[in-house]
Amino acid sequence: MESIEILGNKDTRSGFGEGLAELGAQNENVVALCADLTGSLKMNAFQNAFPDRFFQVGIAEANMMGMAAGMTIGGKIPFTGTFANFSTGRVYDQIRQSIAYSQKNVKICASHAGLTLGEDGATHQILEDIGMMRMLPNITVVVPADFNQTKQATKAIADHEGAVYLRFGRPVMPIFIKPDAVFQIGKADIIQEGTDVTIIACGHMVWKSIEAAQLLAAEGISVELINMHTIKPLDEEAILRSVAKTKCVVSAEEHMANGGLGEAVARVLASNTPCPQEFIAVNDSFGESGKPMDLMEKYGLGASHIHAAALKVIQRKG
Amino acid sequence: MNKEDLKAISSQVRRDIVRMVSAVKSGHPGGSLGCADFLTYLYFEAMNHNSSNFTMDALNEDVFFLSNGHISPVWYSVLARKGYFPVPELDTFRKISSRLQGHPSTDKQLEGIRMASGSLGQGLSVAIGTAQTKKLNKDKSIVYTLHGDGELQEGQIWEAAMYAAANKVDNLIATIDFNGRQIDGDVDDVLSLGSLTEKWQAFGWEVLEMDGHNFDNIHNTMTEAKQKIGHGKPVVVIMKTEMGMGVDFMMGTHKWHGVAPNEEQLSDALSQLEETLGDY
Repeated sequence: MESIEILGNKDTRSGFGEGLAELGAQNENVVALCADLTGSLKMNAFQNAFPDRFFQVGIAEANMMGMAAGMTIGGKIPFTGTFANFSTGRVYDQIRQSIAYSQKNVKICASHAGLTLGEDGATHQILEDIGMMRMLPNITVVVPADFNQTKQATKAIADHEGAVYLRFGRPVMPIFIKPDAVFQIGKADIIQEGTDVTIIACGHMVWKSIEAAQLLAAEGISVELINMHTIKPLDEEAILRSVAKTKCVVSAEEHMANGGLGEAVARVLASNTPCPQEFIAVNDSFGESGKPMDLMEKYGLGASHIHAAALKVIQRKG
Repeated sequence: MNKEDLKAISSQVRRDIVRMVSAVKSGHPGGSLGCADFLTYLYFEAMNHNSSNFTMDALNEDVFFLSNGHISPVWYSVLARKGYFPVPELDTFRKISSRLQGHPSTDKQLEGIRMASGSLGQGLSVAIGTAQTKKLNKDKSIVYTLHGDGELQEGQIWEAAMYAAANKVDNLIATIDFNGRQIDGDVDDVLSLGSLTEKWQAFGWEVLEMDGHNFDNIHNTMTEAKQKIGHGKPVVVIMKTEMGMGVDFMMGTHKWHGVAPNEEQLSDALSQLEETLGDY
């Protein structure tokens, strides 16, 4: 664990905001649309620097998605910004027809995903978005782990031709990925190598998994920790290489178990090398109001839960 | 192009429509027949476009989006007759592995199509996006759309209408196929739109009204619409049409919205429509 160092504390949405502003300076085809959440999405820097390329659409997300699709005709690279709930569930059909089926180069950037949105409660805490987006053909799904990686991912998706769903969040969390790290869509980060159990996590759950791995290390258990920042296309090779050593998996995500990262991993395992897997995810339930980290504990997404799941899955290996 | 030439083309387009839907016993002839004159005028007279070298980005070209994608037969026929793709390909409409999907799509690279449509209410937003990109690109071309009147029941249309006026998207001409009919019956009975003209005016649009079956009136109205481009307001043309126009037994009813004629009905329909450019 020596290699993991806390470099600071910031929210992933700020990584998006910084990345978008830098992109704006680098690429004049980058345009941004926002549905009345400019401050929440940290899009002000882009808006102030490039007002002619910033489109305030008001509280009208369906129109925003359609506009973004249309803006690609003529070579623009639109980044839409709103909460994850309003970026997916509210506009699923617009994304499906005008973006995914129509093969448009739109970057759907979604903040405040999952339970860590906190006090606003279940109306805003979407836990189904990864599932909805990974079901659609022609969409890449990216869930970066920390501030630095969100910034890197924001810039990387501009160079990727095709629709992307980029999911990030609200709370201030530790930064542990180096600012100069190379982010490659579809290629998982191996945070730490190990031999007893593979933990595959995305988003805020990567940090929770680091905490769990530290608890496990103190008990003499060697964890291989994979930051699966791209849910689709999934880095199957990284999964299979890891389970060849460890023979068991814990998946961890701030999302419903139904349709999420864990099920994507399970499909790879079932199709190639079946092995025990434990799922750290929300179990078929809506969230509720509360402090972000209290909610993570209540809904079984804490480091202690990952720790317990790792012990259990190791035991299941027999 | 003079009125007689346009009439000849739209007659052939109407033959194509009824033959296409009859061949596969599915599709939407009613609205297609009603918009044959307008789309003929748009593609053969109004728009500045390149049918021999289709590009997705349409730089310095006018762009058309069909928001009510179910009337794909009329669009496919007009595109083929204008030279976007070979006319005989119309024979593949709705058949397996065809580029001419039941509702328009981009994934099979059919020349002339830039956006999938079918799920209603999305085309105006798309058109606004393309219009804004044209402004950023300093491209003076015009973006056109066509919508069904029933389609205006979708809320997204009004999100888009509000945006376009508030943001002075004035390189856009939307058209409403105002035939007063939808699948379940008359629009007034299913969900009345109230006064369409007043609604669009209240939303801040320039509103023109047009007879969608009179080429003189179409020409004058669309010329006026073009003159309104660049004056700070989006333009909408409310086009009065007759669903099923040109085939007597399909007119005056909503029943031919999505029903194909059988063999006997097809020959009756074709007997009313002159073959002017040669059937495919």
